[in-house]
Amino acid sequence: MKSLAELQAIRDRMQKQIDLRDAGDGRIRVVVGMATCGIAAGARPVLTAFLEEVQKRDLKNISVAQTGCIGVCRLEPIVEVYVPGQEKVTYVRMTPEKVPGIVSEHLVNGRVVSEYTIGAAE
Amino acid sequence: MKDLSLHLLDIAQNSITAGARRLDLELTEAGETITLTVADDGRGMAPELLAQVSDPFTTTRTTRKMGLGIPLLRMSAELTGGSLSIASTLGAGTRLQAVFDGGHIDCPPLGDLPGTVSLLIQGAPDLRLVYTHRRDGQAFTLDTQDLRDQLGGGISLAEPEVVLWIREYLEEQEGTLKPSVS
Repeated sequence: MKSLAELQAIRDRMQKQIDLRDAGDGRIRVVVGMATCGIAAGARPVLTAFLEEVQKRDLKNISVAQTGCIGVCRLEPIVEVYVPGQEKVTYVRMTPEKVPGIVSEHLVNGRVVSEYTIGAAE
Repeated sequence: MKDLSLHLLDIAQNSITAGARRLDLELTEAGETITLTVADDGRGMAPELLAQVSDPFTTTRTTRKMGLGIPLLRMSAELTGGSLSIASTLGAGTRLQAVFDGGHIDCPPLGDLPGTVSLLIQGAPDLRLVYTHRRDGQAFTLDTQDLRDQLGGGISLAEPEVVLWIREYLEEQEGTLKPSVS
């Protein structure tokens, strides 16, 4: 069984790394739409998949956040990716299966996965 | 909404939007009756808005004139012969309660409660969230204040490593509740 005291070990490990973390403008932001429309369409496992992938790959320069309705409910789940200095990329009809590819191709290697974007869906 | 945990994830966002600093989520299973309670200390609603919140053409958002969260939850509850009630005081907070008949064929499953609670914490790491699950006299509670006491001030509850730890912790805690006898 896990105990709350395990969080102290997480804290100690993270405090050592905290200066490695790029808290400034260099961070890539991943934003998942979590309004009624997103949740009903399956946004929760997509958000969880991003957290798992960021954690697994130990990516320090990526923040994962939630937002409300992005405005195109029929294309939910929707994920927006903000890379500093670049135009926003909107991924639509997301599934957990699409997440590892987007993390490795786009977030790590800088190549947008065009086939999943809103431009390809419209 | 396929299950109760997704309704909970959706409805709790309203409390966060209302500026809540504390949010109490309670799921109580007593015999066949399942009661979901969401109570916050957010800005509350005036009687006029409260009277309209179950109407899908009422919403506080500005992108369009429709909101389905509460109407969908009310429909889910009433389909089982249950009910939904909301009490709210402007400036003090809101308390929503949905009652389901768990024995009814239309009652949705509980769903992934650890997923819902951990992601609510991820989305609002500064909120004090207290989650309690009761089942036939058994219970457990997660209070984010206890998590913060262990973690210290410098580390956000939104960090992926922390969120995933919370989810696993909750999965274990949920597992300690014995299945309902009914």
